[in-house]
Amino acid sequence: MSNLVNLKIDGKPIQAEAGTNLVDVAKQNGTYIPTLCYFKELNPLATCRICTVKVNGRETTGCTVKVAEGMDVEVSTPELLDNRKAIIEMLYAEGNHFCPSCEKSGNCDMQNLGYDMGITVTRYPHVFSDKIVDFNPKRMIMESNRCILCKRCVEEVKTSDGKDVFSFVQRGVKTRVHIDYEQEAKLTEAEAIHAMNICPVGAILVKGMIHEQPFGERKYDLLGKDIKPRVKEESLRETEDGKFIVATTSLAGCFGCHMSLLDIDTDLLDVLEIVEFNKSPLTDIKNFSKQCHIGLVEGGCANSENVEVLREFRKKCDILVGFGECAIMGGIPAMRNFVPLKECLDEAYLNGMTTEVGADIIPGHEDIPKILNNVYPCNEVVKIDYYIPGCPPNAQHIWKVVKSILLGEEFSIAHDEFKYD
Amino acid sequence: MITANNLDRSKLMDVIWDIQRKKNHIGHDDITKIAQQFDMSRMELEGIVTFYHFYHRIPSGKFTIYLNDSIVSEHSGRPEVLEAFEKSLGIKLGRISADGLFGLYKTPCIGLSDQEPSCLINFKPFTNLTPEKVYDIVEQLRNGAKPSKICDHPETNVRYTPEPERTIFFKPYDRFTSLTKLNEYEPFEIIEIIKNSKLTGRGGAFFPTGLKWQFCRQNEGPIKYLICNADEGEPGTFKDRVLMQQHPELLIEGMILGAYAIGAAQGAIYLRAEYMYLRKSLETLLQTYREQGYLGRNIRAKRPFDFDIYIHMGAGAYVCGEETALIHSMEGKRGEPSTKEYFPVERGFNNRPTVVNNVETLSAVPRILMMGLDKYLELGTEKTPGTKLLSVSGDCELPGLYEIEWGMKLRDFLELIGAKDTKFILFNGYAGECLSEVDFDREISGENLLADDVLFHFKNPIEYAQKMSGIGLRAGGSVMIFNKSRDVLNVMKNVADFFVDESCGICVPCRTGNFLLNKKIDRIKLGHGEERDLEEIKEWSKIIKTTSRCGLGKMSSTALNDAIFKFPDVFGTVLSENTDFNKAFNLKDATVDYDRIINEMTSDYE
Repeated sequence: MSNLVNLKIDGKPIQAEAGTNLVDVAKQNGTYIPTLCYFKELNPLATCRICTVKVNGRETTGCTVKVAEGMDVEVSTPELLDNRKAIIEMLYAEGNHFCPSCEKSGNCDMQNLGYDMGITVTRYPHVFSDKIVDFNPKRMIMESNRCILCKRCVEEVKTSDGKDVFSFVQRGVKTRVHIDYEQEAKLTEAEAIHAMNICPVGAILVKGMIHEQPFGERKYDLLGKDIKPRVKEESLRETEDGKFIVATTSLAGCFGCHMSLLDIDTDLLDVLEIVEFNKSPLTDIKNFSKQCHIGLVEGGCANSENVEVLREFRKKCDILVGFGECAIMGGIPAMRNFVPLKECLDEAYLNGMTTEVGADIIPGHEDIPKILNNVYPCNEVVKIDYYIPGCPPNAQHIWKVVKSILLGEEFSIAHDEFKYD
Repeated sequence: MITANNLDRSKLMDVIWDIQRKKNHIGHDDITKIAQQFDMSRMELEGIVTFYHFYHRIPSGKFTIYLNDSIVSEHSGRPEVLEAFEKSLGIKLGRISADGLFGLYKTPCIGLSDQEPSCLINFKPFTNLTPEKVYDIVEQLRNGAKPSKICDHPETNVRYTPEPERTIFFKPYDRFTSLTKLNEYEPFEIIEIIKNSKLTGRGGAFFPTGLKWQFCRQNEGPIKYLICNADEGEPGTFKDRVLMQQHPELLIEGMILGAYAIGAAQGAIYLRAEYMYLRKSLETLLQTYREQGYLGRNIRAKRPFDFDIYIHMGAGAYVCGEETALIHSMEGKRGEPSTKEYFPVERGFNNRPTVVNNVETLSAVPRILMMGLDKYLELGTEKTPGTKLLSVSGDCELPGLYEIEWGMKLRDFLELIGAKDTKFILFNGYAGECLSEVDFDREISGENLLADDVLFHFKNPIEYAQKMSGIGLRAGGSVMIFNKSRDVLNVMKNVADFFVDESCGICVPCRTGNFLLNKKIDRIKLGHGEERDLEEIKEWSKIIKTTSRCGLGKMSSTALNDAIFKFPDVFGTVLSENTDFNKAFNLKDATVDYDRIINEMTSDYE
């Protein structure tokens, strides 16, 4: 049966069979409409809203549209592209996503879209929602921190007698996906793995089956090599005595980013031609002695001292660059945000494997920094001008960014420089 | 006791309601039992129970008190009333008393905005509360009085109707008279009349009713449904309540006529739980219609034609006023709006063609048929003939219900209701517009409407006033008036809280976007706001508006953006200049947990 209709996608005339799904039609004709929840033509979920396009001037989700005669579809207008990016950023702000420690990294649809859209940081403040990791099911782990509520598992995974295994519980910002333990136990191994595989993020994991594919063979490892970066225009900066002043610090980080920074080896000598280090672990200068051009900040804020240092940096540096995952999203230290502070401290000082028997003191003194309720990304405390993602970012990459900012040069980051996991 | 498995899923909410009413919560064992009865997983049921806020998973008190927390209530003395409740019960909001007798909760607007502060106790209404009245009520309940015995009977407060021959709703009506039209017209003729009457959805979506009926009629199917949307959840609206109190027969006959037109044999009224006290009288009236042969098999007015109506109780979810969410709720599911891949007239309730109409829309139908199209079209304006019911609340002398002809100037209307010193109006509820003085010369009608994203393009209020003066204000039903003593920001905060609570959670822009907007308002209220924050509110609102799944997200930020635009002085004065430091980040607040832990430890040593 052939029943062709004519439509336009981004101005390009296209013929397609009437009633076929717009996302598929676009794909066949070389226009990519990103999706997260869409995976089956028969039952579009329209929960993630990322495929929002304009059909005849009205916004709607591409996955629920069936092509018809005379349709005028807009997919890649700047506004729609920004909407899409905004939604992904909102998903990152809403959940607690830590790619460096995620089992699904490299196989994660949302991570891949983040890379594709060039997301380095979210424009929204973090929601810091309390979410749980449920290890109780027989075979699975439900990692709610990563769940984006796409509803794929709710709709797709049923027991052989037709009962739901995954369900939405609560509503609004408290909505979560929960597993019904009794039904979960009925699933076969293959069905459980299927559930893990249809999850577009790393929320559903099957115990013991997590690291199936080695690095290099994961779904998105080789994707995106040919993506051209968008170029931003930078203003030129003045130089004084031919040298720029740079300060660096590591807040709640592991110093790994600083280690990476040293990895440029002998190029460091060239760098020193144009750069003078002020306060930095590299020079061991403890206090700022002058105003700096650039401050490089590694790590987020976990205690009051971090906050003080960061504020000092904001005052003393014209441009503040957050480098590494921890500075941008809180990173590994922020994983303690899922656990009440009391439990963290008890584990560290009283009940941990390595504490001495009979230990009963959690350190507290006016001279030592106070631990914050949450670990905060730097941009929750001060304005950060630029972000260099990575865990850690590559040395050449860091210097390329710093040099380009200092010299006021336009620069573009190739996709493989930007993609770390 | 129901024993058979695989019960009709649409009965699920009734079963949960039975248990909620009997035991004032749904316990663990109840979940297991109901899940078994309906052949579903426990967690799926858990998801349904936790979706509706009138279902409780832990005991909610023998007397469950729901105090309205809408802004009109707050302005009418709710804080004092709440204090009286908390004092006399000895519990804080959201808690139950130690003896399990009382539970005190907040709930969004309960449809009594003209007699606030008000509350529901075991779903019986108590209006015009004062602290003294609260102490008295609690005392009586403690002494064994039944809420049904001591509750109030909400006033209808019909303040104004046009002269009798120009009135549609509030004039005497003889039961059954409109049903003679069943023999006079063929279904398609009724549809034609309604189409020509330009009647549109009076719940606020304004979809042409006749067209909706026609689509449903055209969709072949052995079974079709007609559902009356009586889930009047928009804060400030109570017109449907008054209609159902005063002229329920119009609604029932409207449904019979509508069902005849579209070919439906089954009808339902989705009644919001807040109006549970109306259920009994509606049931009685339905029974009268059945006994007289006007409902049921082979109804007397027209043979052969079967039609019956049952009442489905909601359970507290604003989003269920959205027709597809309402249908999901009736099917015994979470009240999430559908993907809009199909419209209800194609695949609605139980996947059958379904028409969902508002109470006011359906109640207008018998009147239009009785008075004749020509006379009806003489009323109102060209695009919006007829009259409109407006629920008025807030700062005015005569809050209550107004039936006005479309086309009245807003300024005249404000005079009519005795609103002096008006600073702003929430028009069409929380999901509507925020009107200020620049809008007062506009008329209440559907004439010269603009696309809804226009607001984002105006440069300043002056340009706005010039362009908008001729643009009609399409009224959905709620008009909340605020005088010059009211704080715009405070009102917007109440609106934002409402949408955070009522978002269904299915799509991220609405779920988290509204949450983030709410945080922005907090920031501004605390004096941490910067110029940049207003820009971000605007940008984020636009994203939420364009990407949300249903009307809730599409409309949630309209009033806020209106207010920012129309009250630059209010928002201007609370803002500081852009800085590089996030003033909302307070080191002291960020270390409270640690301070507490250390304090507890050191006090242990001492």
